[in-house]
Amino acid sequence: MSVRAPGRVAYINARLLDPASGLDGTGAVLTDGEKIADVGPALFADGVPSGIELVDCHGAALAPGLVDMRVQLREPGAEHKETLRSAGEAAVAGGVTSMVCLPNTHPVIDDVATVEFVARRARQCGLAKVYPYAAVTKQLAGEELAEIGMLAEAGALAFTDGTKAIKSAQVMRRALAYAATFGVLIVQHPEEPSLAEGGAMNEGELASRLGLAGIPAAAEAIMLERDIRLVGLTGARYHAAHLSTAEGVAVIRQAKERGLPVTCDTAPPYFALNELAVSEYRTFAKLSPPLRSEADRQAIVAAIKDGVIDVIASDHAPQDQDSKRLPFAQAEAGGVGLETLLAVALELYHNGHLSLLQVIEKLSWGPARLLGLSAGRLQIGAAADLFLFDPDHAWRVDPERFRSKSKNSPFDGRPLQGKVLRTVVDGRTVFSGEV
Amino acid sequence: MTQPHFPHRHLLGIEGLGPQEITTLLDLSDRYVEKNRSADRKVNALRGKTVINLFFENSTRTRTSFELAGKRLGADVINMQVSASSVAKGETLIDTAMTLNAMHIEVLVVRHPDSGAVKLLSEKVNCAVVNAGDGAHEHPTQALLDALTIRRRKGHLDGLTVAICGDVLHSRVARSNIHLLNTMGARVRLVAPRTLLPAQVDRMGVEVHNDMLEGLKDVDIVMMLRLQNERMRGNFIPSIREYFHFFGLDYDKLKVAKPDALIMHPGPMNRGVELDSDLADDVERSVIREQVEMGVAVRMACLEVLTENLSGGNA
Repeated sequence: MSVRAPGRVAYINARLLDPASGLDGTGAVLTDGEKIADVGPALFADGVPSGIELVDCHGAALAPGLVDMRVQLREPGAEHKETLRSAGEAAVAGGVTSMVCLPNTHPVIDDVATVEFVARRARQCGLAKVYPYAAVTKQLAGEELAEIGMLAEAGALAFTDGTKAIKSAQVMRRALAYAATFGVLIVQHPEEPSLAEGGAMNEGELASRLGLAGIPAAAEAIMLERDIRLVGLTGARYHAAHLSTAEGVAVIRQAKERGLPVTCDTAPPYFALNELAVSEYRTFAKLSPPLRSEADRQAIVAAIKDGVIDVIASDHAPQDQDSKRLPFAQAEAGGVGLETLLAVALELYHNGHLSLLQVIEKLSWGPARLLGLSAGRLQIGAAADLFLFDPDHAWRVDPERFRSKSKNSPFDGRPLQGKVLRTVVDGRTVFSGEV
Repeated sequence: MTQPHFPHRHLLGIEGLGPQEITTLLDLSDRYVEKNRSADRKVNALRGKTVINLFFENSTRTRTSFELAGKRLGADVINMQVSASSVAKGETLIDTAMTLNAMHIEVLVVRHPDSGAVKLLSEKVNCAVVNAGDGAHEHPTQALLDALTIRRRKGHLDGLTVAICGDVLHSRVARSNIHLLNTMGARVRLVAPRTLLPAQVDRMGVEVHNDMLEGLKDVDIVMMLRLQNERMRGNFIPSIREYFHFFGLDYDKLKVAKPDALIMHPGPMNRGVELDSDLADDVERSVIREQVEMGVAVRMACLEVLTENLSGGNA
């Protein structure tokens, strides 16, 4: 990809989608260098002046680049599964221009040097922007607080122990209180660890038939309820990741009604699949939290629709074949998601649950606003992070074609609609697919 | 060419088998029971064929039963005991399968501590695979031998009421028996403390009881399950003493069952934990030793139909 400083580029004949302003209409965008210089329905109505590079969008949708707030990068430590470069290529191929990565690397992102390493490596790749979460507790051990203040200063966007829940109520209380001192967000994997221990899938009839230990849906609600009490005690901002259950949604709904500073996200598997995907011991559908019942899936869709769920994130979790071609209980959890995020989320639009603008809101402006990132908007002066897509283009998921190093998709073979045509980061085209 | 006895390449579980397929296996097993009791026990159905018993979990009884079944049929039988606790256990599973597959064997009999592991292995080999127990999932030959034992004593399976008692949660024997008995028209009751019952098990077509006297009322068959040592103290039940008091089978509790009710146990028994010792040895009531005898016949039948499929090109 080109690394030269971009000049002025005009994107014309686009269907502009800007959730921040509610704009959904034909128009154009002008980028100048790394910024958006102008935007609107009337822009270039009289033609594009010479000296400006022209991109005719032919009516395709032009939206702010997606902001994926839950991505597991395997660099440093497990580069055979994913590197910052391969994740970056997967991201831009999926329309993602900013991703926030979990600290569960080796070494753990719990010190300033590792935050800076990730930021530097991501800049060298020059693909999607990478913002690291840092660990809440040292080594993700759930015991001692990491240097939250200094990590925030060094560029950690928010704090989480990644795929591990913070087990001790006392540690969580102090983490929330301390984070509130610096005004930073704590992100929790909401799963009561002792109820989840040894579990491989959703608890219920199917797990009983398969002879697999289950994780009850209540494990999610119990952790959320505890945490929300602690939010009440500390006044800190709290975000629950990848909601998967109806009970969990109900807990968040109540907390929001009480005016607590609580937000949450979910990931495509939880509104597009249910536990039946793991029948026949299909380890590619083994996720954490596990895929739930059909009633839970429907509750997640409803909560996206009514706004209880603020954000959709990919929950990208690359695993190699050796980690997945195992008896179900031994296989690693997780699925890659960067390259299917948009198209699976668009099912909510094609099925009539959300408007196109609302889907984009959950994927860009929603997470950007929540994390305090200056992204996710088609606004003059904002970073020129954009992507162009055809919301209707049909394709079938073939993991062999993924740019991600790992191919563990729970959506293998699924027919989807919605194709990314071009992705632009800081005014530079970093991905372009065939139109 | 005639229809194969059993239109499946592997025997991975009872779930999915139809009543006719089960009856076929039981009828053939019946013939082997008689053969095994006669002086001339050796047959040549599997002469020149190789059966490997691949056990990732300790077992003396099941492995011996399969070994004897294979040898009585004239097969060359090899036992392989693999430690499942080694670090790269999953790798061992697939690699072992590939290695054995290259040796041109006919049947692989597999036991593994993880549910679904035998199915995973069956996807990597060309030979027939018999599930000799996978995690808490299935143990199909145990359910078949239980069914054979019952059918020979009672003459039929349909219409009988069978109580399966004890640690259903961790039991592959219970699951295979639930599938088989339901398929054959028997009524199944489960009797256990709630900590030893799987979630939503009532949706598997069974009646669930937490009280032995209720659960055993008027039953034809009482199947006791083994309680594993590591589950006896504190985690799932408070103590052996308390467990035997409420859920152990003794003459008192058995009074509520039908007067001719039979007692079964897949072995090995914990005398005084799930079953009163005298009752276990009561030849009027207990058919536990008969179950062991039926085991060899059932495994002979399974090995025969699966190898018949291989040579008949019905794989």
